[in-house]
Amino acid sequence: MEPITGTVWKYGDDVNTDVIFPGKYTYTVTDPAEMAAVALEDLDPEFAPNVKQNDVIVGGRNFGCGSSREQGATCLVFAGVGAVVARSFSRLFFRNAINAGLPLVQSDAAVDALAKGDQVTVDVEAGTVTTPKGTFDFPPLPDAVIGIFEAGGLLPYTRRSLGIADEK
Amino acid sequence: MTESIATTTGARTFSEKILGAKVGKDVVPGEIVDIIPDVAMSHDNTAAISKKFLSIGVDRVYDPGMHVVVLDHCAPAANEKFASNHKDIREFVENQGIENFYDVASGVCHQIICEQGFALPGRLMVGSDSHTTTYGALGAFSTGIGRTEMAAIMATGKIWLRVPETMRIVVDGRLAPGVLPKDLILKIIGDVGADGALYRAVEFCGPAIADMSISGRMTLCNMTIEMGGKNGYVAPDEKTLAYLNGRARDNFEIVTSDAGAAYCEELVYDTDSLEPQIACPHTVDNVVPVSEVVGTPINQVVLGSCTNGRLDDLQQAAAILEGKRIAASVRCLILPASRDVLKAATADGTVMKLLEAGAVILNPNCGPCMGNHEGALAPGEKALSSANRNFRGRMGCKEAEIFLGSPASCAATALTGEICDVREVIEPERLELVHAIATNGMTAAVGTNSTNSTNGTIGMNGTEV
Repeated sequence: MEPITGTVWKYGDDVNTDVIFPGKYTYTVTDPAEMAAVALEDLDPEFAPNVKQNDVIVGGRNFGCGSSREQGATCLVFAGVGAVVARSFSRLFFRNAINAGLPLVQSDAAVDALAKGDQVTVDVEAGTVTTPKGTFDFPPLPDAVIGIFEAGGLLPYTRRSLGIADEK
Repeated sequence: MTESIATTTGARTFSEKILGAKVGKDVVPGEIVDIIPDVAMSHDNTAAISKKFLSIGVDRVYDPGMHVVVLDHCAPAANEKFASNHKDIREFVENQGIENFYDVASGVCHQIICEQGFALPGRLMVGSDSHTTTYGALGAFSTGIGRTEMAAIMATGKIWLRVPETMRIVVDGRLAPGVLPKDLILKIIGDVGADGALYRAVEFCGPAIADMSISGRMTLCNMTIEMGGKNGYVAPDEKTLAYLNGRARDNFEIVTSDAGAAYCEELVYDTDSLEPQIACPHTVDNVVPVSEVVGTPINQVVLGSCTNGRLDDLQQAAAILEGKRIAASVRCLILPASRDVLKAATADGTVMKLLEAGAVILNPNCGPCMGNHEGALAPGEKALSSANRNFRGRMGCKEAEIFLGSPASCAATALTGEICDVREVIEPERLELVHAIATNGMTAAVGTNSTNSTNGTIGMNGTEV
């Protein structure tokens, strides 16, 4: 996939799924555009109105902790987020992001180097993240999982594995 | 705390053995395996899952018998949108022949899975809900997954799982009267942090766990996710077998960790000196001893949920509230975890005691826990809840604050109107009763005449209770 270049939105540790996508919306806000409009609503009201395509969220430790709700990842995709950089990810957010084709970068160095408003480039194929303070490597996805990401997510991957042509 | 405990070659943890058995070979932490789960649980998100499943292009669910569907997240439906969601699910399970379907009268999915005998020792269980970790209390390997993953399981039967490292938490001592399993797990989460068990399996063991009721063990495993854990686990014992007797839907084989298995970390706790714990806004690991927040005024108490809404939890509350009156400034919402819990609590008089004290009895469902409906908070309000999360906005309002505590802390706080140390405001004989209920678990023996003689003012700051 092509390198992603965007502007950084920076947050702290333990950004949880309730502040990314509030529980009260999980069964009532289902349209992608509406989901994008409430992304990070309870963390940063400035985010949804101002986020641009390919912007990058930078978190701290345990990004996406809490609920299994997939909207925590998909609302970011619908909002245009190109990648999430963090020191670590909750296992459920990690899975949901891969399944939604959202690139994740685990890198302490990149988190330390990036500030709000910085320009950052994430190159998933090269495994590098380029910040104003330097370029850092990040570990690739496990071999057993990378196929899901490369297929564009778990639904197209599953279709492919079953020999079903992609729809839509 | 001991890091990297030595291993005996060939010895395996519970989680390594379960995942290895599924793929027919020895596995090691970090390895990724494709497995077919024994049980796949989903709830109100089954409507979204079904649409994703059908979009794959497969017409029939791979194994309808694998799935259990429970309507609980907004049950009964609060409005047309929720109602349509439920309607879609009813049609889907009917069309697909999914017989393990529990409609809105049943209760919270995790309680149903345990109560109805789906959770069994040695089973590998997944659920599209983070608190799927609960079933480890009965010796199963159980972990949360996402919606799309559940859709893929419906299509292929399979999911990938990474074999987790395991941390062991040894709990010595005995919980003192007024101190409950919830206090223990809050203390642990406060110590290790929200990512202290990230990606890891967590085994709970030791004398205090052996003493603990199945209900208490479910509280521990339920909240394992709040420290990032993949699954929680308590080795089955005679209490487990007694709980499963008459419930188990299938034969099962108990799987336990080998002596000498490798743990990535071991923590040792002694509960003798543990005091009640409170998680403060807005993270579950923001835990303090109750003494640090005594006096915080509370507008709403939520006592229940899949974490602490079982019969013994309600009985503990009744033991504290019987013959007294909930503070006029507090809305005390009781949220039984299931219909069976509510039936038992009605039959043994617990519900009447709670009603007479001024509590609101909600129907068993997720209710206020995640802010879908029922019991939402207003800006500036504070709640004390026996549920599992206090994230900003969790009860529907981002300008509200949620504290978490034990059922006993909740009940005592409902009386006084402010966070209090149950050991200081409740009479010793009632504390002993709470302790007996917590230790014996699931017993119907709760009402005693002695508690009727203790009516009166015991609140703090002169609060009439």
